[in-house]
Amino acid sequence: MSEPHQKTPEELDRENARPVDQPAPTGGSASAPATRSVSGDDVLLEVDHVTLRFGGVVALNDVSFSLRKGEIFGLIGPNGAGKTTCFNAMTGVYRPTEGAIRFQGESIVGKKKHQITRGGIARTFQNVRLFPEMTALENVMVGADAHHKTSVISALFRLPRFWREEKSGRERSLELLRFVGIAHRAGDVSRNLSYGEQRRLEIARALATNPTLLCLDEPAAGFNPAEKEDLLQLIRRIRDTGVTVLLIEHDMRLVMGVTDRIVVLEFGKKIAEGTPAEVRDNPAVIAAYLGVPTDAA
Amino acid sequence: MSEKASFRTSGGVRGWFGRQPWYVRAVLILFFTVLAYLLPYAGDVPLIGPQIITEGIDWPSALFNMSYYVLLALGLNVVVGYAGLLDLGYVGFFAVGAYGTALLTSPDSVIYADTGWKWLMAVPAALVLTMLAGVILGWPTLRLRGDYLAIVTLGFAEIIRIVATSTTTLRGDRGFASIPHPPGSWNGEPIFGVTDAIPYFWLGLTVIILVILGVRNLDRSRVGRSWLAIREDEEAAEVMGVRTFKYKLWAFAIGAFIGGLGGVLFAGEQSFINSQTFVLQFSILVLAGVVMGGSGNMAGAILGGVLISYIPDRLRGLSFGDTDLYEYRFAIFGAAIILIMVLRPQGLIPSRRRAMELKDREKEVAPL
Ligand SMILES: Nc1ncnc2c1ncn2[C@@H]1O[C@H](COP(=O)(O)OP(=O)(O)OP(=O)(O)O)[C@@H](O)[C@H]1O
Ligand SMILES: [Mg+2]
Repeated sequence: MSEPHQKTPEELDRENARPVDQPAPTGGSASAPATRSVSGDDVLLEVDHVTLRFGGVVALNDVSFSLRKGEIFGLIGPNGAGKTTCFNAMTGVYRPTEGAIRFQGESIVGKKKHQITRGGIARTFQNVRLFPEMTALENVMVGADAHHKTSVISALFRLPRFWREEKSGRERSLELLRFVGIAHRAGDVSRNLSYGEQRRLEIARALATNPTLLCLDEPAAGFNPAEKEDLLQLIRRIRDTGVTVLLIEHDMRLVMGVTDRIVVLEFGKKIAEGTPAEVRDNPAVIAAYLGVPTDAA
Repeated sequence: MSEKASFRTSGGVRGWFGRQPWYVRAVLILFFTVLAYLLPYAGDVPLIGPQIITEGIDWPSALFNMSYYVLLALGLNVVVGYAGLLDLGYVGFFAVGAYGTALLTSPDSVIYADTGWKWLMAVPAALVLTMLAGVILGWPTLRLRGDYLAIVTLGFAEIIRIVATSTTTLRGDRGFASIPHPPGSWNGEPIFGVTDAIPYFWLGLTVIILVILGVRNLDRSRVGRSWLAIREDEEAAEVMGVRTFKYKLWAFAIGAFIGGLGGVLFAGEQSFINSQTFVLQFSILVLAGVVMGGSGNMAGAILGGVLISYIPDRLRGLSFGDTDLYEYRFAIFGAAIILIMVLRPQGLIPSRRRAMELKDREKEVAPL
């Protein structure tokens, strides 16, 4: 298995330098320094007192946490806890009712979904959402196109940029299919892939956008133990290429085995945060998972 | 890894064609292209020739009609078939192309004194005007989805027609006469005259071929991928970095451009247009053609365009007992469409990527 090119050292440097070079845009009345993270340079993403309501439903209730560069971060909680909603808020699908989300020091609230993606946050979906009539390779190439500059005119007249980007995009996409282990399905329409292959394809498609942060929404759902083990390895390999991973997962063993830190949500509220060991022994978390009211624990 | 990994594997004629070496494909394409150019002489083919050609209208004129219907079908296919945007007012762009030409070149036009342009000079201007119309219509409306977009585009075509009917500048029923024909002469005779429609058909066919090549190039690039991604799952596409609005707008502008090409050719051949030309049925007819042929794929759109033009023209002058079949063309047509849709819901030449936009209703009401 060859590792795909993720980030050159220069690229990583540039990204590290970005919060310093480009001050974060001031959000609302707050001044620039106030919107900036104070937790140090290695903070990649900051969810800052985010509340998100759907009519009467409070899907996220004053949730705060931050991700450090290079870690594998777990987001867990019972069904309906607000995990997917949190992803949606981070990727521009929903706008937080209150609070701020900052990525590399810059607010991403109100940005368009495609801008956020090009900015470096990629995701997969809880219910696989591939482009079913496209081949596996084309699916990944859509992700790779995120950083391409081929215009309609250069595609129409087959200008040099078109050939260059089409070639490099294809090569990189094939490399990613190999990386997730489904290169042999490159030419098949994604609808015809097995469930496990589709989940892997979604990861490859997200990686193709060259993310700094990859958000995986229950990537192991429906997997057998062997497949889960493979996925665990894959997540580690992704992290080893320099990508920070945010993982929603119900399988405790998997989460505990792979993550560096974990945040636990319940009914939209953060009830715990810490290392896997800390979280595992937290009475509130045990209660949430056993369905016992927190105050009784 | 095979180099053709991205081409969808499929059976049938297209699958077979795709597996041939390039020179076989080149020879076949050349052969059918030549055949297409020879279509005006189809009547000379023994036995089947006389069955194919039209009786009530001269055959080359029928062929020219087909050529602009095919152009319209190809353009609408980009909008509906590729990008999945239901446009019911597509004839509006055909009208803008034709009226643009008429305004710039007809002596009846109020600005004729200032321009006095020939047909060829008016073509780029009319096409820019049509693309502009596409952008102006698309800009505010492409945030709408499915049914809503369909209604707005329907309104657009009606606005164009009503403006054409009731403003003095666009002259309503009286229309524009003496729109110049395309340029060129042969042995001292103009190539594009009034009696012989063959050169117009050849011109139309040439434009069609260029459009096919252009659309094919777009389809096999990030543009086509973006359109397909938008059609299949707009939100997922945007989350993957596709600038959905930009590509929808491009689909609209490109569709408008191709429709405008049809209008420009039409004006150049007819030499006369008025507000009666651009009735709403026309849009519906072209859409029916695209869906019937197989939306989302050019071969299907071309076949659909040919059929919607050929069937009525073929019925012209035919009678069954005492009834003139041409009178019943829409009834016959409707029956044919129903039959095709029942037997082959994906269209006569189905897209390998089935069009999902017409059945996909769950996502109509988008979350904010
Ligand atoms: N678009 C929406 N409109 C209204 N309510 C919503 C919407 N999306 C989510 N919710 C509600 O918000 C709450 C959190 O949902 P969310 O999908 O984030 O949970 P989750 O933690 O991902 O759960 P699961 O483990 O089942 O995936 C639920 O009560 C859900 O019903
Ligand atoms: Mg969820």
